[in-house]
Parts: sequence; C-alpha cells; structure tokens
Amino acid sequence: MDVDVLVVATVARALAFATPLLWAALGEVIAERSGVVNLGVEGMMALGAVTGFAVAFTTGDVWWGLAAAGLAGMAGSALHAFVAITLRADAYVSGLSLTMLGLGLSALIGRAWVGRPLPDPMRTVDVPWLRDLPLLGPMLFQGQYVLTYAALLAAVVAWALLFHTRGGLVLRSVGENPTAVDAAGLHVRPVRYAAVLIGGLLAGIGGGYLSLAYRPSWGEGMVNGLGWIALALAIFAMWHPLRVVLAGLLFGACFTLAFRLQTVFPPELLTMLPYAFTVLALVFTAWRRGRHAFGAPEALGRPYLRGER
Amino acid sequence: MKPEEHLQPRLSLRGIEKRYPGVRALAGVDLDVFPGQVHAVLGENGAGKTTLMHVVYGLVAPDEGSMTWEGEPLRLRSPREAIARGIGLVAQHFHLVERHTVAENLALGFPDAPFWRPTRSLLPRLRAAAERYGLALDPRAQVRDLSPGERQRVEIVKALMQGARLLVLDEPTSVLTPTEVDALFAVLRRFVAEGSSVVFVSHKLAEVEVLADAVTVLRRGAVVGRRSAADGLDRRDLARLMVGRDLAATVADRGRARAAAIAAGPVRLRLTDVRVDAPGRAQRPALHVASLEVRGGEIVGIAGVAGNGQSELVAVVAGLRAPSAGTVEVDGREPGSGRRRRGARNQVDAGVALVPEDRTKVGVVGDLSVARNLALRHAHRRPFARGMWIDWQAVARHSQSAVEAYDIATPSTGTPARLLSGGNVQKVILARELDRDPGVVVAVHPTYGLDVAATSQTHERLLAAAGRGAAVLLVSEDLDEVLSLSDRVAVLAGGRVVATMAAADADPEALGLAMAGVAA
Amino acid sequence: MISGLRRQRSLHRWEPRAEAPAWRVMLVTLAAVGVAALVVTWVFVAYGVAPGEAWATIVRRTLLEPRGLSETVRKAIPLLLAGIGLLLAFRARFWNIGAEGQILAGAIGATAIALFTELPGPLVVPAMFLAGMLAGAAWGAVPALLKARMGVNEIITTLMFNYIALYLVRWLINGPWKARSATGFSYSERFPADAVLPTLGATRLHWPTLAIALVLVAVVALLLARSRFGFEVEVLGRSPEAARYAGIDAGRVTLLLAALAAGAAGLAGVGEVAGIHRRLVEPTQLSLGYGYAAILVALLARGKALAVVPAALFLGFVFAAGDVMRVSLRLPSQLPDVVTGLVLLLVVASEPLTRGRWVRRDPAEVAVAAPVAAPVAATVDEPAAGAADASAEGGG
Repeated sequence: MDVDVLVVATVARALAFATPLLWAALGEVIAERSGVVNLGVEGMMALGAVTGFAVAFTTGDVWWGLAAAGLAGMAGSALHAFVAITLRADAYVSGLSLTMLGLGLSALIGRAWVGRPLPDPMRTVDVPWLRDLPLLGPMLFQGQYVLTYAALLAAVVAWALLFHTRGGLVLRSVGENPTAVDAAGLHVRPVRYAAVLIGGLLAGIGGGYLSLAYRPSWGEGMVNGLGWIALALAIFAMWHPLRVVLAGLLFGACFTLAFRLQTVFPPELLTMLPYAFTVLALVFTAWRRGRHAFGAPEALGRPYLRGER
Repeated sequence: MKPEEHLQPRLSLRGIEKRYPGVRALAGVDLDVFPGQVHAVLGENGAGKTTLMHVVYGLVAPDEGSMTWEGEPLRLRSPREAIARGIGLVAQHFHLVERHTVAENLALGFPDAPFWRPTRSLLPRLRAAAERYGLALDPRAQVRDLSPGERQRVEIVKALMQGARLLVLDEPTSVLTPTEVDALFAVLRRFVAEGSSVVFVSHKLAEVEVLADAVTVLRRGAVVGRRSAADGLDRRDLARLMVGRDLAATVADRGRARAAAIAAGPVRLRLTDVRVDAPGRAQRPALHVASLEVRGGEIVGIAGVAGNGQSELVAVVAGLRAPSAGTVEVDGREPGSGRRRRGARNQVDAGVALVPEDRTKVGVVGDLSVARNLALRHAHRRPFARGMWIDWQAVARHSQSAVEAYDIATPSTGTPARLLSGGNVQKVILARELDRDPGVVVAVHPTYGLDVAATSQTHERLLAAAGRGAAVLLVSEDLDEVLSLSDRVAVLAGGRVVATMAAADADPEALGLAMAGVAA
Repeated sequence: MISGLRRQRSLHRWEPRAEAPAWRVMLVTLAAVGVAALVVTWVFVAYGVAPGEAWATIVRRTLLEPRGLSETVRKAIPLLLAGIGLLLAFRARFWNIGAEGQILAGAIGATAIALFTELPGPLVVPAMFLAGMLAGAAWGAVPALLKARMGVNEIITTLMFNYIALYLVRWLINGPWKARSATGFSYSERFPADAVLPTLGATRLHWPTLAIALVLVAVVALLLARSRFGFEVEVLGRSPEAARYAGIDAGRVTLLLAALAAGAAGLAGVGEVAGIHRRLVEPTQLSLGYGYAAILVALLARGKALAVVPAALFLGFVFAAGDVMRVSLRLPSQLPDVVTGLVLLLVVASEPLTRGRWVRRDPAEVAVAAPVAAPVAATVDEPAAGAADASAEGGG
C-alpha cells in the first residue's frame, strides 16, 4: 500500500475510534479544571449509550436519541455533583459508585434492546470545502459522523472558553484556589456544579456516539473501559482541550495500527492493547511531569469548605 | 493627615461580638476609622485582630453589634458586598491563584471585566494604578514566580482597582524586607493623602509608631486602649497595653557568660557544602550552604525573609529530604550513612529533634490521641516497640508522665490532638521532641500564634535543651525572638548564608540590610 | 453545608464532630441498606412480582435453607479475601480498584500449578495457594510501584490491569491452555483430583479457602491494632505530611500494603478455580465482579478489620439473592449490580453524616446570619485554636 494512503486511512480510522474518547475526555477536563474529579465517566457513557439507543429506537430519530444520551450523562453527573460537592463526600468513591450504578442500571434498562440493530443509524457525511483540502481533507473531513467533526469543534470551543473568557478564568481559578475565588466574592459551588454537569453532558454524548453511530446497537460490554481510558487521556493531555485532540488521535492511531497486526497476533491480545497503552501513556505523563513540574489543578479532588485552607 | 474632629467616620464599629465554642474571639469591640487616616489595630497573636478584619470584610458574621459605613448602616453577607462598598482586604496569606498570571488574578477580582479576553481591558487601568502609587507589576508574570513582596503588591493593586476607599492590611510586613516595608509605607501614605483610609493590623510596635495616625489596642478580643498620633505614641505605653503588664526583663538578659563555654563545646551539627536544587531550576539552587556548624549548648538563629531557603535547610537537617549534594553530620557522623536512606527516621535515631512549622498538620496527627502523638516519632524504638509489636501500655504510661511534666492541658491522654488549643499542641510536640535529650534541636517559628505565657514557656524549654548540651537551630521570622534567644545569628538570603554574627553585637539594621541584600 | 446557591440565612449550621459514635455509623449504614431494599421492592412491583412473596422466597433460599445459606457463605469467601485486602489498601489511601484483575491473576497462578506441575499430591493445594497469592501480589505490585516511584494515578492503572488480566485469561483458554474437549465455550483442562479443594458435604462451600480468609481477617485485625506496621498505616492514612515527619517510608508501606491486598485477592482467585470451577474458565464466570463488590465490602467495614466479616456476608447475600431473583423469580440478572452500586453510592453519600451533625442556630446568630461554617470560620491565621489559647491558658 502507498504510504500516503496508509497514513490517511490510519488517521481517519483513528479519529473515528477516538471520537467517544474525545467527548468524554473533554468533559472530564472541564470538570477537573474546576477541581472535581469524576470517576463516573464509564457509568455516564454507558447511561448515555443505552438511553440514546432506547430513545432513537423508539422515536426513530437519532437526534432525539443523542439529546437523550447527553441528558442521561448529565443526570448521572448531577448525582455525583450532589454527593461530592454539596455533601462533600469522597469524590473518588462517589465517582466509582456512579460507574458501578451506571453500568448496572444501563444493563438493566437495556435488556429489551440487546441484539437489535438500530434501523436508522447516524450517517457519515463530508464537511463541505474542508473535504477538498489536500491530505487533511481525507484524513479529518471525509466520511466521518457529524459527532466526530463536532468533537473537534468542541475541543476548540472548550479551549477558547477556558482560556479566553472570564467564565473560564473563574472555572480554572476554582480548581486552583477556591479560597481566592471566595475572597473575590464569587461563589465556588455553582461553578463546580456547572463544570461537572457539562462534563456529564459530554460523556453522555460520547456514549451516544457508540450506540447511535459507531456500532448502532446496544450491548452490555459496549463502553468496555473507554470511560477509564478517557480519564487517562485527560491526564495524558495535561488538562488541555487542544492537547486532548492530539492525544486522542495518538491513542486512536496506536489502536488502529495494532489491529493491522491481526494476522500475526491472536485477537484477545490485540484487544488488550488499548489498556496496556493507557498504562504506558500514564507512566510517560508522570515521567514528563517529574521533569517539568506541571501537574493537575491544585485543588483537584478536595471539597471546598470555607475556613479550611 | 490628622482626622478633623467634625469629620464623619468612614467605618464605624459598635459592640462587635463574636463567639466560637469555648472562646469569645471578640468582646464588644468599638472602632472608628476616619478618612485620611492610617488606623493601626495592635495586638498580640490571638488577640482577635484577624477575626475583626474578617468581620469588616464580610467573611465572618458577628454575633452581635452593628457597623456603619459613611453614615449608612452596614451589613455584610459576603466579601462581594464589602468590595462593592469600597472595602479592600490584603490578607496575611494572599488570596492569589499561583499558576495564573498577574493579569488573570486581577481579572478574577473584577465582576465587570468583559466576558471575552477579560484581561485585556485591564491593562491600561493597571498601568494607571501602577504609576499613581508607584507599584510596578508585570501583568504577564505568573504569580508563583513572584516574591512575597511582589505578591502583596498584586493584592494591593487588586483592591485599588476595585475602587477601595478603605484598605485593610493584615500583618502586611511579615513577609517583607526592610526596604520593601519602606516602599509599602510610602504607598499607604500616598493612598491616605487622597482622603482614603487604611486599617493596619500589626503586632509590631516600631511600625505602628512610624505609620499610624490612630491606634486601637486589642487584648483577648476586647479594646484595652486607644491612642492618637497627635498626642504622641510611646512604644513602652503601647507595649504595656498590648501585653497587659510591663515588659519585664526578657530571657535575653540571661547573661552572655555562656559564650566561653560554648566555644569549648563539641560541634554537634555540621553542614558541609549542602545544596538543595529547586525543581526545574538546577542553575539556581534553593539552598546552598558552604559551611554551618552548631556546637553543643549553642543556639544559632536563622534570620531571613520567608522563602529564602529556610524550609530547605530545615528539611535537610531533619532528614525530611536528602540534599542534592553535600553532607549533614550529627555528632561527627552522617545519620543513616552506609544504610539505605530511611528519611527522617535516621535523624530521629541520631538524636535530631524537630519542632515543625506547621504544628497541626505536621507536628501532630489531629485524629490520633495525645498519647499516640507523644509516641509518634519514637514508636519504632524502646520502650514503645517490642519487636514488631507496640506496647500500648508503655505508650500510655509515658503519656501520663509527659502530660504532667510538660503541663499539657488536655481532658485525658486519649483525647484527639486536634481538640487541643495551639499552645497545648505545641507542648505535646515539645514534650515528644525534647524529652529524650536530643543532640540537635531544630525549632521552626516555635512561638508563632502563641500567647505570652506559652511563648515564654517555649523559650525556656529551648534554652533548657541548650543548657543540657543540645545544639539548637532556631528558625524564626520574628527578629526580636532570634536576637533574644540566639548566641549567633546566620542570615539566609537567596538560599545562601550571607552573614553570621554574634547575637550580642548584631543590630537589627545590619541584619535587615543583610536580609535584603541578596533577597531583592 | 450552606451551598453557594443559597447563601441566605439558614436555621441550622453544620457542626463537625470529634469521632462518630459506633451506633451512629451503624445506623447510617443500615439506613443506606434500607433505602436500597426499598428500591428493590419497587423493582419487584414494577416487574409484577408480589414484594412480600419475593422477599420471603429470597430469605428462605439464601438464609434459611442449608443449601441456600451455603451459597451465601460461598459467595462471601472471595469478598472476604478481596475485601480485607482492600480495607488495608484504603486505610493507607491507596485506591486499589484492581481486585478483580488480581483475582484473575491468582486464578492463573493456581491453574499453572494444577495443570503443568508434577508435585506430590498433598503439596499441590498449598502450592496453588502460594502461586495464586504471589501472582495476585505481583499483579497489584506493578501499579503500586508506579504510584510510589512516579506518582502514577493508581485508580486508572489498577483498573486497566483488570482489563489486561481479563483478556489474558481469555487468550489462555482460547489459545495455549485451551482444553482439547472444548467446543463452543472455552475453558482449560479439568484440574486433577489433587488440585481440587474439598467442600462441605454436598455443598459448594470450599472450606479451606474460608478458613484462610477468616485467619487472614484475624491477622489483619491484630496487625492494625497492635503492630508497628499498623501504627504506621494509621498515621500514613490520616496525615501523609505527619507520616513523613515521623520517619515513615510512605513508598515502602504503600507497596507492602498493595502487595498484601493484591495477594489476598489472588487467594480468592485460587478458591474460585480450585473450589468451584475446577478449571480455568471464562473470566466473567470466574469472578462475578467480586473484585468490584469487595470495594463496597471494605467501605462498609469503615476501616474496622473485623467488620469485613458481616460486610462480606451481606454482599454474599446480595449475590445469592441475585441468583434467586434470576432463577426463581425471573427477574433481570443485572439487579445485584444495581443494588451494589446503589448501596455504595448511599454509603458514600451518608459518610459525611457520621462526621458531624446539624445543630440549630441560636436566634441571634440567624438575625445577623452569614454563610460561614461554624468553628473553623476564621479563615486565616488566628484560627479558633489560636483564640482558644488565650482563654485556655490565660487563666494559668
């Protein structure tokens, strides 16, 4: 095969594979930038996937399904927000229980739909004008789902909002030093709530992509660790929306290339690769962070109570 | 700048009362601050100054009492309302986001900053404020790269840009070099000359004497005296009000006759060419001490502005971190040398005691009982340890005697340490660290936040330890404390020892210059 | 407490407490379980099953009938082992979510001994337990090393290791270790008789594993209460800064704990393959999510080693009840997962309730009313403690 063609095909496949990771990781970046870690991504994605599928199957309209997917993820995150922010319970355990509850509930809800294909799934489209760009066109802007293009756009929007608006400044400050925000006369908790809810919305959309576009069906193992990989991706990208895209493409490319080895390796070992690669990516991040002294938001995972330093 | 008698006070407090469980933090405080006035609130640590300032800034609601602002009743529910009225606070611990730029920190304090690019529109106003008051700032610098003095400047500029007409500064000089203090005073004078007001919270008499137009003295939450600069401020008079008695001869007058004996004592602590690298900045180490020796019976004070290598020095001597290069010897041997590094435990076994800076988070485990905290650093040794097991009865017996010997006020030895007052927590730490006749004692800000009685007890304990032959390293930001307790003083600036002198001949001015010389 | 959304005057304020009394912790935990039971009852109604009858069936067939009771206890065995390990790990704030993978690793270790060594008969089972424990410990030690040496987030790495272990088992039973007779489903060869654990009568209760689990719980309880190591764990879990000051080597303690925890989970894996399946089987059948449920066991026990026993029995009951619901009541098999997740969420959410209580403000306080958390309100320096000094010592 021609090298150009191979690269183009790999990037295009990688992008399709990475789309749910991008959505979920962007959501987690926003939540964690406000100082709330949410380990419930896997559960929120599962809830999004099953709800999206059920609604799309019933109404016959994938877009209603997508809206439902986002709302389902948001509902899950609202639970986490209440427990972790208002009740100030341990955010790690709260997120973990959201994952367990989300996985259990989605399996329970989805029983009726297992093994039934979606009659009218999301279709692939090209982006006008951009599709004709040399090289970049076929890589990024041809034959993908709208949600894939939207994920790229969402990354840019998230970056602009986080780093170039007052709202983003407040959000990042809440994650770094909530006491300073409080002393400035601003409210900490509403900001954290908003960030966690947006995070849930995006995770739900990521789940919806799986059940409405990527594999238009529902099964219990659908999310299969993607939520956890998205969490790792947020760390790997050092909590930066644009780096999430690059990191997501890198992840996707590795998986895509690995699957080309299918003739040589048994499939079980290939399926293992994304998880092994995730561990390696985290190790790499830790190594790099050790050298550059740049890390997570200062207040990550710490509930805010006025009067505590 | 003297307030005219007929002027209406800008801020007026009447009968402000605040109680916390078991404590009356503020007991009916009255205070009037006039336009064009620097009003000093003087008091010891624990007198209620910070609580009072938090009431004025809307961070704490008083239980009783009323406030008026320029004639109108003032009721604050949040700092935001205080800011809106024109009240600005420069807290002792800055409310800044370390990883943001100066401009971003300023924009955070601005409710009316634009949504898009909120920092951009601030730049002209920043420049204007900077010129008007002589406060130069680089808006693009990250706060974490700034010195404490520069950070304070950011806080002041923030308050000024928010339109503050009353600026509250809580112990603002504790992080500044003498030169920076002069610069700060110049800014404040310019500010009140425009008719604004300053509330200056301090326990430093000299500064109050120089700067204040009016003084209100707090003791245990109550106003015990008021003075006006017009009638002349007298340092002895203020001190008497603040402490509640004449300042008796301090421990400093204990006679320098010991000096000769010290010179003959053995060197118990020796640092040779010790370097600690700062993360990511290998070319400029956080600490670089060519040579430092402390003899048995000697107290060496470490003076310097915070952040000039003190915490690194303490960490390497106490074994909390390994030096990047060089050696730390205790009684002529490197603790734990030849063995795997075991952190602070080597130092504990070699007889190095540490009275840490953060009493409640490092010095004790708040959730554990007093008895267990008294054994915290020695649980691996006899009499507490029996092989791999711990003899809890031995721990209990020891705690009984320690509570008596060190006069620790606690309901029982089983009480969690966090329920103790700060002074008693410090007694627990002193009991644990000094009870085994350590060869080296490192004490960091040992009396910070303690009242007079606890302070003098702590001083006596440290002197007694030295008297028993320990080498004492005293790190403190309180120059008076350093000078009165130490035999020698070493000044740290920029991570280096820039001067050493006998405490007897050290005058504060020379010390101040040394502290500023390299630090700036 | 007072949320940023409603900063107005509130009639109550939150008062943190010293130590929650045991009865209160108990009550809160039982309340959480009660709420979950209500939800299950609602599910019964939703599926058209009479709730009273359903509960009666469940209680009879999991607790009253000997066979049912043995199933409940049998399912509690891996939960006991993995749970006591996680309790240790959580006490030192090492968030090991990887017990599921460590169970599988233990099963792999035991299978290797059972199928591919020629040990004398009586040595086979001890060797299997040893190999399983070591395999589990090794599986857990890698994330612990990464955490201790490089600060890599252990939650994600331990979880990734679960997936890696899962596909490793799948590869083994489909590839190199696949039984010759296997068609359709994949599994390994059957274990020889020497490699099978004895069971209690006709039940599936493999008592040697149960005995090991109970001994381990007792040993851990003793270690935590009486040993230097237990004291170090306690200090490290409550204050890492103070632990460093006390000369405790956090990396060493964490590594040791993580290896112990993972080793215990590995033992659970041995029990499952040697006691129940008698061969290496499909990973989702081998462990029915015991590794995840064990997280709940450890949290329900709230740091108390002996409390792991009732907590594991409770979850064993949930799992056994799940079987009853599926087989006898024809309810969805996913119900236990939902119950586990729900109880976990409720336990987490109720945890702050044990740390303090709401008290009525006195009227004067409400009149001035402000959004401030009670005794810790003094934000900066002169905190309540400093002020308390004045009153506590001023008298003397």
